[in-house]
This record gives sequence, structure tokens and C-alpha cells, in this order.
Amino acid sequence: MLSIFNKAKDAGYPTHGGANVPHRKNTAECKTVVMPPPEKVVIPMLMHLGAPCTPLVKAGQTVKVGQKIADSDKFVSAPIHSPISGKVKAIGEMLMPQGMKAATITIESDGEMTLSEEIKPPAVNGKDDFIKAVRESGLVGLGGAGFPTFIKLNPPVGTVIDTLIINGAECEPYITSDYRELIENGEDVVTGVFAIKKLLGAERAVIAIEDNKPLAIENIKKIVNGFEQNDGSVSVMTLASRYPQGGEKVLIQKVTGRVVPKGKLPADVGCVVMNAQSIAFLARYMSTGMPLITKRLTIDGSAVNNPQNVMACIGTPINDVLEFAGGIKDDAKKIIMGGPMMGIALSGGDIPVLKQNDAVLAFSEGDAEMREPSACIRCGRCVDACPFSLMPTRVDHLLKQKDPVELEKAGAMTCMECGCCSFVCPAGRKLVQSMRLAKRIIRNAPKKEAK
Amino acid sequence: MNNTMIVSSSPHLQHTNTTRGIMLDVIISLVPAFIAATVFFGWIVPFVTVVATAACVFAEWCARKILKRENTISDLSAAVTGLILALNLPPTLDSVWMGALGGVIAVVVVKQLFGGLGQNFANPAMVGRIVLMVSFPTLMTTWVNPLAWISGPVDAVSSATPLAIVGSGTTEGLPSFLNMAIGMRTGCMGETSAIALLIGGIYLCIKRVIKPTIPVCFIGTVAAVTIILDLFGVKGMTPDLFGVQILSGGLFLGAIYMATDYVTSPITPWGRVIFGIGCGLVTVIIRYFAALPEGVSYAILLMNLLTPHIENLTRPKPFGEPREKKQKGGDRS
Repeated sequence: MLSIFNKAKDAGYPTHGGANVPHRKNTAECKTVVMPPPEKVVIPMLMHLGAPCTPLVKAGQTVKVGQKIADSDKFVSAPIHSPISGKVKAIGEMLMPQGMKAATITIESDGEMTLSEEIKPPAVNGKDDFIKAVRESGLVGLGGAGFPTFIKLNPPVGTVIDTLIINGAECEPYITSDYRELIENGEDVVTGVFAIKKLLGAERAVIAIEDNKPLAIENIKKIVNGFEQNDGSVSVMTLASRYPQGGEKVLIQKVTGRVVPKGKLPADVGCVVMNAQSIAFLARYMSTGMPLITKRLTIDGSAVNNPQNVMACIGTPINDVLEFAGGIKDDAKKIIMGGPMMGIALSGGDIPVLKQNDAVLAFSEGDAEMREPSACIRCGRCVDACPFSLMPTRVDHLLKQKDPVELEKAGAMTCMECGCCSFVCPAGRKLVQSMRLAKRIIRNAPKKEAK
Repeated sequence: MNNTMIVSSSPHLQHTNTTRGIMLDVIISLVPAFIAATVFFGWIVPFVTVVATAACVFAEWCARKILKRENTISDLSAAVTGLILALNLPPTLDSVWMGALGGVIAVVVVKQLFGGLGQNFANPAMVGRIVLMVSFPTLMTTWVNPLAWISGPVDAVSSATPLAIVGSGTTEGLPSFLNMAIGMRTGCMGETSAIALLIGGIYLCIKRVIKPTIPVCFIGTVAAVTIILDLFGVKGMTPDLFGVQILSGGLFLGAIYMATDYVTSPITPWGRVIFGIGCGLVTVIIRYFAALPEGVSYAILLMNLLTPHIENLTRPKPFGEPREKKQKGGDRS
């Protein structure tokens, strides 16, 4: 198995479209710097896909590092833990970058970083215990989407998972936080892979890494080959760099040739995809019991003084993180949470670091502004670039009629907003924005009776 | 830090490609064809070109002004229309005013009245040419022998293009295959040199301005159908005449520069294939069975009109959607 993947430069099945985005992995060789705990953290109750958590603590209460401070009784959710020790100052509310409001817990540090007694390696006897432990760790998909991991690892009864895919593609420009994980914590990644593969009963696990990270590929291959439980079922797959290969459905198609049907989940085609950092975190959690309270962030962009990788406490205001990285230049005009292709532009730096963040980018004036859109010249570049074979320009045109039925027929709901269409558009049209508007129109449309 | 940050929808990166850059690439790719044309037909080529291009740009500027719309001449699309129109005119003095008139028709009637760049249903330069062909059939088919500008005016005016010669049922006076390929023959200024046009086409493909799909399907279909018709003995074709069919009559100019017009050709991959094949078929049908010796322009015009339908029929299936169930009578199980 391994030898096949070693030879071919671009192993894997063909996928449609994509874009040759610039890599700009400037911080690839920047060792992760641990940022000292901040004086104050603000922790939103919504750092995952699903139902928001409810605070378990009250204002004035003291909390310790790793203590569970919020949870939900809804299924799709993940508990939240305190990243510092100190006093709960307030339970408030804030506007999240995604546009919805969420409750927050503000904690003031006592500077002690006292560990909570709750922290101990979870006792795991069997699958149910394991899933419970994963839930208690607070882990969500660290690649950006923030889907609670325990749900992913617990597919419905009767679903056969044969392939575990580790997403080390990291195809977004600038971001190197997965890369640093593969380099710095390769053992954790591989340990996690073997453990999760066993848990899922998968026949094989594929660690997929893009070819612009040769050192990571080499490192992980070496560790896999030297791993004591190595039975050849875990392979490292080198992918030709292509955006958006790290998109879950695209990656599944690339690695297995399977297409996740519309409205279905990866488990329906026998796959579970996990981010490299998520799986390494799980390996560490199983041995230490320390829940998810810190996150590695790539700090980069033309307006950042000292680009680097920072390990920061969740809840640290972005401004503090940027300040730690030498501050941002006076002409900074845009701060992005996440990568430049799918990240969210922030109105300011008071937003805290979230669980699923992997980068904070700041750009100077020239890079911050996009071209004014001009008329579509029907060049078809967006059609060629769409990884999901949509026709973005068609949705853009149909948008004028605001007809939810036509928009849905045009496949707008399939769009994952990867940004390839807008990126390649020579007329600078805001095609992703049109897709989002189209989705909104479809969602807001009164549901019709099925014919 | 000032606190006025730009908040915009992702992505926050753009490719360096712009509409203007693409048009500039088209202009660059036309250089070999212009050099060839100037060598064969002399000073009249740059003269007609400048006038036609200026007319197009000026017409676009005026039209946008009158329509009270933002000015768009800087996207260079009007200039490209002018250049391609000029290539489609005979190398005579009359082409100067015809170029100006055709340019105005192309830009104002065909493009701006339909909403400007991206909205026109047919290629402006081509409709400009067709209008001139219909209005001034004699002037538009008054040909000049190549290199006559050097040898003197004695044998300047020639009666027929290679296709017209073939159309009249003879092979006498046909240029050799090599001369046809380099452009030593009568014809429109830019259509004669297949090699120069091919260089431009390859440049456009390398710069990824166009995909080779449409030109290859177009020219390939003309070649294939011509061979098939030969086998059935239609007009008693010989290998010599096969070269004439492929290399003459503006096939290369049309296939590389006019059929590939973004606005009026399908944006779907299979749509492009159908479009190219359709252009080729109609071209041959007109050449062989209609009264006209030349069919490329009309073929492209017809396919332009079919483009929206071709596109609707060839829409790609979105990722993860079940295979389309065609609503045929008995198919609903």
C-alpha cells in the first residue's frame, strides 16, 4: 500500500475544479510560541456547530484551569472549559463574527493557573466510554467548521466506516497551524490515528498531506513506519497542492473516489474525516485529560509585524494575540479570522479566539480591498473552478429574480463557499456572496408541500 | 491602530486576472496576424485597423455617455471588437469607411443596445461584418492579390478567393498549399495567414484565455465532414482542395477568435464541444450546399443564437446529486 502512494506525486482520484491559490506559507518554519495566559478571557457559548452552551458558573465564582464552565443538554453541542484560573467577572452577550448573538463568560485571571481537580486521564472501557470522553474533552473539528467530534466518531448503528481520513491538506493560503502540529506533535497525530481507527473499526487510515509540506510528509511517514502497532493499514498520501482539497467532501473524493450524496454525511460513504490537530489533541487528552483550552493560531498577513505561530488560550481577545505577535501596522485595514479564502473579516480585534480558529490574518490597505465588480463576461472560469460542479455565474444572474425554486435547482445549497469562483473571476464579481444570498432566499422561502 | 476595518464577504484574495488583462492578451495574440497581413497587403492594413478600432472605442464611449452609464472603454473589449472587425475586411481603401461603419454597428447596435459587455447575443465584430457583407456585397468581395502593394497596381485587383474558385467548380488559379498556409492568397486582411492565426491561438491557450475545445471541434468537424463528403464524391474533391477547405475562408480566424468569444459561446464544458461541432457542420453545409462560397460567419451567428439552449442542455450535475432522471414516458419506475 505504502509504496504505491510513495511513487505517485499526486495519488488519489480526480476531483473537479479548484484554484491555484498562492501558498504564502510564510510561517511554516516558525516554531509554535506559547503565549502567556491573558489577564482576561471572554468565552462565547457558541464555538461549535449546533446548540449554544449554557453557563454552569455564576458571576463572582472562582474557576480553575480545565474546569467545565458551560455545557448543553442538546445533542449537537460540546462543553466548554475554563482556559485560566480566576474569578468569573460577568455573564454577558456578544455579537459573533458569523452574525449571531451568543452568551459569554468573562473570566479575570488570578495569575495562578491553578489546575482543576477534574483533570485526569479518562477511564475508558469500551466504545461508549470513549465517545463520552471525547464529548467531555470539548473537542470540535479544529479545521474550521467546529462540528462536535464525538458525533462524528459515533455514526448511527449499522453504518460501516472503512476509511479514516486525516486532513493534513491545509490548502488555505498563509495557515500553517496544522503543519506545525504534523512537525511538532507527529507522534500524537499517529497515536491518535491508530486509536481512532481501532475505535471506528476502520480497515484503513489515510493521512492526506499536500505536497507543499514535504517535511511533514517525511516526518509522519517516518513515525508511522516506526510505530509499534504499524500493520500497514495506515498510509500517508501525498496530494498535489490544490485549493480546496482540505474541504471534507473534496478530500473524501480525492482519497477514496466516493462522492458524498447531497444532504448526506461522510459516514454514509464509509468515511470519517478528522483534522490533524483534532486527532493529535485526542491522543493527548486520552493520556492527560486536559480539555480543549488552547489553540494554535497562525498570525500572518501584510499588516502583521512579526508573523508567527502562537499557542493562545481560547477566549483571548484577538487584539492581545496580535499584540503578542509584535502588533499590527498602522495601515491595517482588514483582520481576518481564519484563512483568506474562507475566513471571516472582523470589525475589530475585541473578538476572542474560538476553538475552531486556526489563523488570524491582518492586511494593509492595498491587500485589504477587493476590486470593484464589473460586468460578467461569461468566461466560464467560475464553472471550471467550482469543486462541486456548480455554475456560480448562473446563480449570480438568477439572484435578480429572487426565485427560491430556480435558485435551489441551480444547486446553490450544495455550495460550501470555498471561494474559488470569486477568486478566479476576472470581473471581480462577488460570487460567493451571491451564493450566500441565494441560500438565504431558499431558506427563508415558505416551505411548499411536496408534489 | 485605527478602528475602521474593512468587513467584506470572503474570499479575501483574488486572482490577478482581470477583464482588461484578458482583452490585452487577445490584442497581443493578434500581433502575428497583423504582421502577416501588413506584409501581404501593405500600409492599408494598419490604416484600416486604426480607423476601425478608433471607431469602436469612440462609439462605445458615446453610447455609454448617452445611455448615462459608467464608462467601460478601459476594459479594452471595444478595442478587441475593432481589431477583429478590421481583420475581417478586404484590404482595400473602401474598408476604411466600412470599418468605421461596421464598428459603430457592432458596438452600438449589437453590444450596447443589449446592455453592454456580457449581454450581447452574438459576436459584435461578426455581426458588423455580416451587415457590411449584406449591405455592400461587391465592395466586401473586392480582393487584392498579395504583395500587390510592392509589385504595383497593375495586377492588384483579383476576382476570387480560393473558396470562390472552388465554388465555381474549377481548380485553376488556386494557390499552393504552402502559400495558403502562410497567407499568400487573396482574402480578408487577417484571415489569410493560418499560421499567424494559429500562433495567436496557441498563445491564447497557453495564457489560458481560451480553451482549445471550440477551435479544435470547429476545425476538426470541418475537416472530418469535408473528408466524408469527398468519399461520397461531392464536387469531386482532391487532397489539394481539402487544404483549401481547411485553410481558407476565415475558418481559422472564425474558429480561434470569433467562435471562442466568451459572451456568445457556452460556458459549460460539453456545451463548448457541441458548439464547436455545430459551427463546423453549419460551415460545411453552407459551403457545399448553399449559394454562398463562405459560411464561417453565418455558422457562428447561428450557433451564437443557440448558445443559451446548448448551455441549458449541458449544465453539469452538481456534486452529490443523484443522476438526473429524465422524464421520459416509461422511465418512471
